[in-house]
This record gives sequence, C-alpha cells and structure tokens, in this order.
Amino acid sequence: MEQLTRYLFEHFSDRVWPRMAEHIMISGVSLLIALVIALPLGLALSRLQRFATPVLVLLGIVYTIPSFALFAFLVPFTGIGVRPAIIALVSYALVVLVRNTMVAFNSVDPAVKEAARGMGMSRIQILWRIEIPLALPIIVAGMRIAALSTIGLTTIAAWIGAGGMGQLLRDGMNDPTYSKLYAGIISIGAIAVVSDIIFRTISRLVSVPTGRRATQHAVLTTMEIKEA
Amino acid sequence: METTETLSTGSGTEERQHSITHRPSPTPAIAFEHVFKRFPSATQAAVDDVSLDVAEGDLVVLLGPSGCGKTTLLKMVNRLYEHDSGRVLIEGKEIRSFQINDLRRRIGYVIQSVGLFPHMTVAKNIATVPDMIGWDKARISSRTDELLDLVGLQPEEYRNRYPAQLSGGQQQRVGLARAMAADPTIMLMDEPFAAIDNITRRRLQDELIRIQSKVRKTILFVTHDVDEAIRLADKIAVMRAGKVLQYDTPLHILSAPADEFVADLTGSGDVLRRLSLLNIDLAMLPIQVAPANNYPTVRSGESLRDALNLLLGEASDVLSVVDEQGRPVGTIDMAAIRRMVHGE
Repeated sequence: MEQLTRYLFEHFSDRVWPRMAEHIMISGVSLLIALVIALPLGLALSRLQRFATPVLVLLGIVYTIPSFALFAFLVPFTGIGVRPAIIALVSYALVVLVRNTMVAFNSVDPAVKEAARGMGMSRIQILWRIEIPLALPIIVAGMRIAALSTIGLTTIAAWIGAGGMGQLLRDGMNDPTYSKLYAGIISIGAIAVVSDIIFRTISRLVSVPTGRRATQHAVLTTMEIKEA
Repeated sequence: METTETLSTGSGTEERQHSITHRPSPTPAIAFEHVFKRFPSATQAAVDDVSLDVAEGDLVVLLGPSGCGKTTLLKMVNRLYEHDSGRVLIEGKEIRSFQINDLRRRIGYVIQSVGLFPHMTVAKNIATVPDMIGWDKARISSRTDELLDLVGLQPEEYRNRYPAQLSGGQQQRVGLARAMAADPTIMLMDEPFAAIDNITRRRLQDELIRIQSKVRKTILFVTHDVDEAIRLADKIAVMRAGKVLQYDTPLHILSAPADEFVADLTGSGDVLRRLSLLNIDLAMLPIQVAPANNYPTVRSGESLRDALNLLLGEASDVLSVVDEQGRPVGTIDMAAIRRMVHGE
C-alpha cells in the first residue's frame, strides 16, 4: 500500500497537482460552455415542444458515440490538444443538461403557473420568481451528473494530448511499481468526490421545501451516467 | 319580497334588457354582453351569446355539467381566455381597456388545484399581489395576519409554513387568503372545493359564507355540484352547451325551473332540497297564546328542512319556534310545511 501511494505523496505538488489543475480546468470549462448552451436551449425546448424530440434525438446520437472514437474523429479537423477534448466533452454534457433543463421546466405544476398568471404576474416575473426557482433542483441534479461524467471522460482526453489526470495514467502503465497509476486513480476519485459534494450542497440550497424528493430522484435514476 | 320577485324572474337576457330599459339600476360589478367564444380547435362554441349581470356584492354560481362553458366564461373575466365577440365589463368598463396585469391584480382568483407557490412560505404566497403593487412591508405583514385570521388559520402557527406542510383544506384556505390579499372587489373562484373531501368541503363552504357575510365581495363561482351551488349562491346561472338556460335565485330555480334540463340538473323534484332553502319564519304561525312548554324547539332563521327533520325525529306534531334569546315567537306544524311546498 505504501508502495502504491508513494508517488502521490512524494510528487504531489510538482507532478500530480499540475495534472489535476489541467484536469479540473478542462472539465470545468467544458461544463461551463455546456451550461451556457444548455440552459437557454432546454428552456426554449420546454416552450417549443415540437422541436424537443428532434434536438434530443440528435444529441442522443452524439451520446452513443464512444468517447475515444469521438476524440479521435475530431483530431483531423482540430488537431490534438485541449480543443478537440473540450468540443467532445461539451457535446456529451449537453445531452444530460439539455434534457434535464427541459424536464425541469416542464415539471413545474401548470396550476402554479396558471395561478401566477391569474394574479397578474408578467411573463418575466413568472420565469424568475416561479419557474426558475422550481426548476432549479432538477437542473442542478443534471449538473451533478454531467460534472461526474465529464470528469471521468476528461481522463480519456489525455490520449489526444489534452493533458490532465489521464496523462498520469498513461505514463503509469509503464511504471512497474504502479505507484504513478495509483496517484492518478486516487486523484481522479478525489476530484469526482469533491465535485459531487459541491453539487449536493448546491442542490440542498436550491431545494424546494416539499419534504419529498421523489420527483428529483426519479429523474436521476432514468439518467444513465456516461461511462468512458 | 315583491321587488325581488320581479328582479329575479326570467332569463339573464330578459333581465338585462329589463334593467336597462325600465330600471336604471346601479352598474353591475361584472357584466357579460352577448359574449361569444369558440376555441380554434373546436367546432362548437364554448360560450354562445351569453349575457349576464352580476350585481355588486352578490355571489353568483355558474352551474352546469363539464364542458358547458362555465369555466371558460369565468376565465374570460380575467382574460385567461379572450372573448371573440361581445363585451365583458367590470364596473361598467370593458376589460380590454385595462392593462392586462393590472386587471388581474384587481381580481382575486382561486382555482381548484390551489396553485400555491411551493417554494414560498404561506406569508410570501399571500403577499404576492400586495408585493407587486408596491405595498410596504408593515402593511403586507399586518394584512397577511388579518387574512390568516379571517380564513381560520392562526397566523403565528401558519405564517412561515410551506404549502407542502399543509393539508388540502388548509391549502385552499391560504389560496383564498392569497386571492383576497390586495382586497379586490371581485373574486373568481373556479371549482375551489372540488378536490377536497366532503366533510372539509362543507366546512369550507360554511367558512366562505361567513367570510362573504363580512367582506361582501362580488364573487363569480364555478361548480358542477348542485348542493354547493344552492348553499352558496345568491343567484345561480345554469349553463349548458355554452348558453345560460336560467339565471335566478336558488329557490326560484328549484321551484320554477326554466326547462327539463334545469329541473333534472338541480333536482327540482327534490322537496327536501327546496325546504332547505326556505326559512322557518316563512311558514311559522306567529304566537297567539302562551305556548305549551313541552314542544320541541327550533331556532327562528333555521330552514324548513331542519324543522321537518325535527318534526319527524321528535314524533311531535308541533314545534315551538324560538328567537336568539330562546323566547318563543311562534309555532310550526306539518300542515304549515305542506302549504309551503305546494306554494300556497
């Protein structure tokens, strides 16, 4: 055990942490870009139901492409490095985020919206005071899943030269003590756990005080996590 | 009695013309004038040439089977639906002359599924409209407590609860308080008690009667429940296929239904139902001699149905009618009730 974790402790600041920082940067930027696209798109699709199916099908098709294949496919067009990695990661994250955002807005009780309208709230007021607060828990649940899968997939991006924790795994394969490999595995796990804790905390902050989380849970279980 | 007779007989249309040509009455709180509405996908009109006046302070029930257009008619008042032709007026002004959200903020709105905002406390829910029209905090807070008291919920206990922590009946009480928050003169209630169990529904109806006697709002109330309509209404508009068949007081609708459909729907043949609308005082024989003490007593102001119930239950031929202080004011017997039923 001590053998396996030696690299992690001895080289954390000079070798492991820079890779972690890269990893967090790639995942974070991808997630942020995906969010900027997905939130308005999901909201728009919840309003324009007839576009929902085509868009979701399209995203679904991208989602079925194995990650390694998609990374490789992009290289001829973008070259290697961070760029193709982010493009692929954004595409994957979009599926979860768009679908969850749409479901989140659709799940706002129509009676609640009718009451708001009947009391004379403007569209903007209904959106900001009613719909967004009520949709937020499901949107954040989607963000949590998207973050986890993005963090996992970022590892693969090392194979097209994007860096990140995957680089440590690649190098570690040739290390007979496996100490480098373990440094990589443990660090990726740590990033994932911390991200999960962050999103769970946000989720608690935005939760609607209903005492029942059944709906939120149902959405989570229908959502398969993208495996590498 | 005589004036109410002429006022309330006949269909809505006749009455409206009547009031315009012959009786310069005060402006009705809500007026529908030849209102017509057809939904784009429908072949039949949802509301077909309806004319109806709702007097200020009246509780008017729109009664009819599902699909008769009662909810559509109601929702045209706060423009959740727009009328195709005709005019809808509140206090004499066409509703389209108001800015739409101003109009809605002036009208209380209560719906069957309540629609409380689940992420806001009871107090925040009630404060919705006052907040939008810019009341200050102190005024909103005292108004909230006043309303919670009015609908029978203790402010200290319920103010900071969330809707999910309330029973269905309590939620609708809050819904009612929220609709009354900015003290609108007009309230629209769309089957507010339909989703609530029988016992709670009756209690809420009683509460509404009590509240209405205090605040005297103009209320348009949609239901398909005849008993509810009869209990609550000052006047009932019976609707079918987008038309108002009869617009009258509950008693007149029961005793003189306009047609077969109204008679069937309201169960006009149900004598007990009619008796429940008649005050004992109408059939009572005023006191002449000192009454025998051993008659069962009934309170003046109760219904003839209560009297009949007592007559049958107590196996007595005569009841003594007493006033608030328990002093005998008259007697009532089977023959008197029979005379009322047969309209003597």
